[in-house]
Order: sequence, then structure tokens, then C-alpha cells
Amino acid sequence: MEENKDMKEYWKKNVALIRNLLIIWASVSYGVVIIFGDFFSKIDFFGVNVGFWFAHQGSIITFVCIVAYYAWRLDRLDKEYGVEE
Amino acid sequence: MSVEILTLIFVMITFGIYAYIGWWAKAVDTKSFYVAGNDIPTIANGAAIAADWMSAASFISMAGLIAFLGYDGTVYLMGWTGGYVLLALLLAPYLRKFGRFTVPDFIGDRFYSNKARAVAAIATIFVSLTYVAGQMRGVGIVFSRYLGVNIELGVVIGMGLIMFFAVIGGMKGITWTQVAQFVILIVAFIVPAVAISLKLTGIPVPQFAMTFSDIAVKLGEAQIEAGLKEYILPFQNMSKLNVFMMTMALMVGTAGLPHVITRFYTVKTVKSARWSAVWALLFISILYTTAPALGMFSQYNIIDTIHNSPVEEMDQVEWVGKWESTGLLTLDDKNSDGSYQVSGIKDENEVGIDKDIIVLSTPEVAGLSPVIIALVAAGGLAAALSTAAGLLLAMSSAVSHDLYYKIFNRNATEKQRLRVARIMIFVSVLAAGYFGINPPGFVGEVVALAFGIAAASLFPAIFLGIFDKRHNREGATAGIITGLSFTVIMLVLMKSVPILGTETPIIESFLGIDATGIGIIGMIIHFVVGFTVSRSTSEPPAEIQEMIESIRIPKGSQAPQGDH
Repeated sequence: MEENKDMKEYWKKNVALIRNLLIIWASVSYGVVIIFGDFFSKIDFFGVNVGFWFAHQGSIITFVCIVAYYAWRLDRLDKEYGVEE
Repeated sequence: MSVEILTLIFVMITFGIYAYIGWWAKAVDTKSFYVAGNDIPTIANGAAIAADWMSAASFISMAGLIAFLGYDGTVYLMGWTGGYVLLALLLAPYLRKFGRFTVPDFIGDRFYSNKARAVAAIATIFVSLTYVAGQMRGVGIVFSRYLGVNIELGVVIGMGLIMFFAVIGGMKGITWTQVAQFVILIVAFIVPAVAISLKLTGIPVPQFAMTFSDIAVKLGEAQIEAGLKEYILPFQNMSKLNVFMMTMALMVGTAGLPHVITRFYTVKTVKSARWSAVWALLFISILYTTAPALGMFSQYNIIDTIHNSPVEEMDQVEWVGKWESTGLLTLDDKNSDGSYQVSGIKDENEVGIDKDIIVLSTPEVAGLSPVIIALVAAGGLAAALSTAAGLLLAMSSAVSHDLYYKIFNRNATEKQRLRVARIMIFVSVLAAGYFGINPPGFVGEVVALAFGIAAASLFPAIFLGIFDKRHNREGATAGIITGLSFTVIMLVLMKSVPILGTETPIIESFLGIDATGIGIIGMIIHFVVGFTVSRSTSEPPAEIQEMIESIRIPKGSQAPQGDH
């Protein structure tokens, strides 16, 4: 039963991590670029504006960081709970 | 050496490489045919996913589409990359642990229902067939534009090549060919982009040039002066609601596309499935962050060169004449004032720019050598062929593995199954080629259908199958059927002009949502119906619940339980 409890905890931590990362994913893409796009496009960012930069560059870079962080974090979580291969 | 001969040499060399790889990687059993023997290294799988994903449309048309949409072009940029976050976090690792061959495999086993398997197989076939017709057409167009052969012959040559490496090599041959194709397509995309960036801004990195130079401001001014919309302000070309819905539909649709999901079965471990999603998105982002810069530069360059320029002067410019002759650039001095004007008003606009010209003309507009032009042609072919191959395999495995073996003939031997798989690839290539040569009028429209269907049927079913242990056969079946029928009916009604041949669309939009975003409503219906039905029917059998527990834990994936 001990192992079972550990697995529940592992899964809980995993789901919490996924939820947090998806909140970042949605805030950048749907938040900054779309819902608050009118607001962020009024703020200058070098030759463009913040909204436009996220729409055409920043969101994609954020996505790469999210998946990389998840893969890295899960490698550690797997080891912690002894479920790595 | 002329451009045609150089192009021919480039195309022959790259085709030789693909054919050699196909022969070297020949598949000997169903496991290597469907999932490359779970033996593909992580980075190679990342590159193969990237090549699989980036189609002729990404390579040739996307930069142009973005150039016309400005800020709102983000629907493609975020829509076609953001889905990988969903894939990497929600689906890929668990499907790898599940460790079978196809997407319908998961749906059929998880919901202990061959009906669900059959519906998933049909959705897979439909989505892939829609997509692949466009790819074969893309191959034909590149051939005709650069080598002067007609489109039909171009499609046939492409078919022959795909047949060779896909039928012999199966997933293994396709994967390694895609790795080579990724390298070729990305180099072919980056080199001209760097060159035009240097020429216009003096900065060699396109991503930096679009942000830190004054090119965006200059383009904005040129657009306003010509009476076009603002480039860097939001919602000029699409409503906020539709930008939102379409972005989400493309993201969720991406995460539900069978030819992409299948790729995660091909690696050794769960860890490797996670990391191959990282590599894939990194590789894809190279093209997807360059494309908006390229779109911006080309749009500026073309407006700047042609707007208010005297007719005689333009007739002297070589690339203007060449692209006019292909019909992708149309110039017409309507008001006879001796010069061409770009205008936002249709009747006054004298310069027609096709979206495809943005990428295809860049090397010439930027004054690059014919070698680069030949490279772009080879890159476009690589993009189209790699995507087509992945789709054909997804389609044929849905027929040969899910419908034939799992439903009709459970006693088929390994040899029989491999033979059926090869025959199905062969048939799929013929079908794809047929639609490439005789494209149904609505091919462009049905891509929205492909994403809508994937978003409303496959993604929610797989997601709930992993994260909701209580989700059962009844819930999944009800969810798939309601989500799918709503989406298909809405799309047919909104696109009734090309599909049913009516004079005007039967309905314009659903609560202000266009066809491109309607899959999201279908997805919501799927979630709501699926959840409600599953809670009011009996819970899934104990062995299914155990299976769900086991796919959530990475340990033990190296011995897939799949029968092979």
C-alpha cells in the first residue's frame, strides 16, 4: 500500500505542475496577445509593441520554455519517486 | 548554369538521399513498420516531428498569410505551435507508456469498445486524407514552377518517391527520411531570410531585425500611405472573438492530429517522448519565428519597390516580370497615371500579390544567387513530401491495423498484417495522388474541417481517457458522436457554397464564430456530454482502471504490452 500512496502523490504533483504551466501558457497566448491585446499593443517595445512582439515571437519562445521546463522537472520527479526508466 | 538546371541537380541529389534512406531502413516486421521498432533517438524524433508538421503550407504560404494579416497572423503562429504544449504536457508521455501502434488503438483499448475504435479510425482517415491532398498538390506546384514540367507529372514523380521509401521502409524509413528533409527545409528557409534581413536592416538575425530595427514602423507607414490596414495593431483583419476561437481550434486540433501523435510511439522511453516534444517544438520554432520576420520584410520590400513607381521602370525589373508571368503578381495601371499604386480599396488597387510569392520570390527580390533559388525549391519539396509521408502512414495504419487486424481479422499472421499494411500505403498514395491531380473544389476549406474534427473528437477523448479515470465507454462514445456531428454539421452549413454548391452559405456564423473556430464549440460539447454521460453510467472495468494507473507512471515502458 505504501507504494500506492506514493504513486498517488506523484500523480498529484504532476497534475499540479501541468496546471501551473498551462496557466502560464494561456496567460501569455490568450491573455497578453488576444484578450488584453488592445492594452498591450499600446506599450512600445523597441521597434514594435509588447502585444505584437508576443503575438509574433514571444508566445512561441514561451511555449518552448514551458515544454523544456516540464521535461526537465519531470525527470527529477521521476527520480524522486523511483519511477524513472 | 541556369536556375532550371541547378534546381534539377538539387532536386535529384535530395531525392537520391531520400531513396537511399528508404532502402537502408527497410522494415521487417509490423513493429518497425508502424512505430519504427520504438528505436528512434530523441533528437531525431524531434526533427522528424518537425518535418512531419511543417507542410508545404508552412513553408510556402504561411509567411505570406501572416504578411497580409499583420498582428492577427498570430492565429497561425500561436495556433500551430501552442498545440505542442498540450501534446507534451497532456498526451505524449502517457501514450508512449500505453505503447501500441496508433491513435484508434488507444481509444479502442481505453474505452474497451471496437465501435469507438472504428469511429476513431474513420476520423483519422478523414483528417489525414484531407491534409494529404494539399501536400501532393504542393509537390506538383513546386515542380511546375521551378522545372517547367506540368503539375500532373510533378504529382506522379512525388508519388513514386513516397511509394518507394514509405512502402519499403514504413515508419522507420519515413522517420529517417524526415530527419534529412527537416535539415534541407530549414536551411532553405533560413538562408534567404537572413539575406533579405541583412539587405533591409543590416541585422543578420531576422528575429532581432523585426524587433529592434525600424522596419515595422516603416512598413506600418507604407501600409497606411497605401490605404492598407495597420500592421502591428491587433484585430484589424479579424474580430477578437474569431482570433481567440481560431487560435484555440488550431492549437487543440494540432494536439489531436493522428500523424503527429503517432510519432510519440516511436521512441524508446517516456522520458524520451517528453524530450522529443521539446526538440520538435524548438525545431519548429526556428521556422515559426523566422516566418513573421520574412513576411514583414517581403511585404515592405514589395510595397516599397512597386508603390507609386513608374510603369516603364517596373517593366525593367527582372523579378517583377518573372513573377508577373506566373500570375502570382498582377500589375495593372487602372487609372492610367503611368505608375502603379497599392490600395486598400479593391477597385483602385493596381498591385495584386499572391500569398505564395512572399517566400518563393524572396531570393530573387533580395538579389540572391540561383543556387539559393534552387535550394528553396528543394526545401519546398522536402516540406511537402515529409508531411505527406507521415499522413499516408497514419491513414494506412488506421485501415490495416485498426480496421483490418483489430476488428475484422484477429487471427491475421505477422506476415499477412505487414502485407496489408504495405498494400494500404500503396492504395493511400494512389488516393492522395488522385486528389492532388483532381483537387475537389473545397480542399482549401476542408483543412478547417480537419482541425475542427481533430479538436472535437480525438483530443477530448484521449485527454479524458488519461486524466479522468471514471470516464467510460458510454461517455466517450456519446462525447465523440455529439462533438463530431455538431462540428461537421456546422462546417457544412457555413461552407455550403463549396461543399453543397448553394449560392450563399446556409448560415454565416454560429454566435459570431467562423468555421475556423467552430471545432472549439464541438470540443466543449464533447467534454460536457462525455462527462455527464460517464457519471450516470457504470464505471469502467477494474482492468481498465489498472491500465490507467499504469500509463500514468513512466516505469516499465520499455516492454510495450502490445501484441506484435
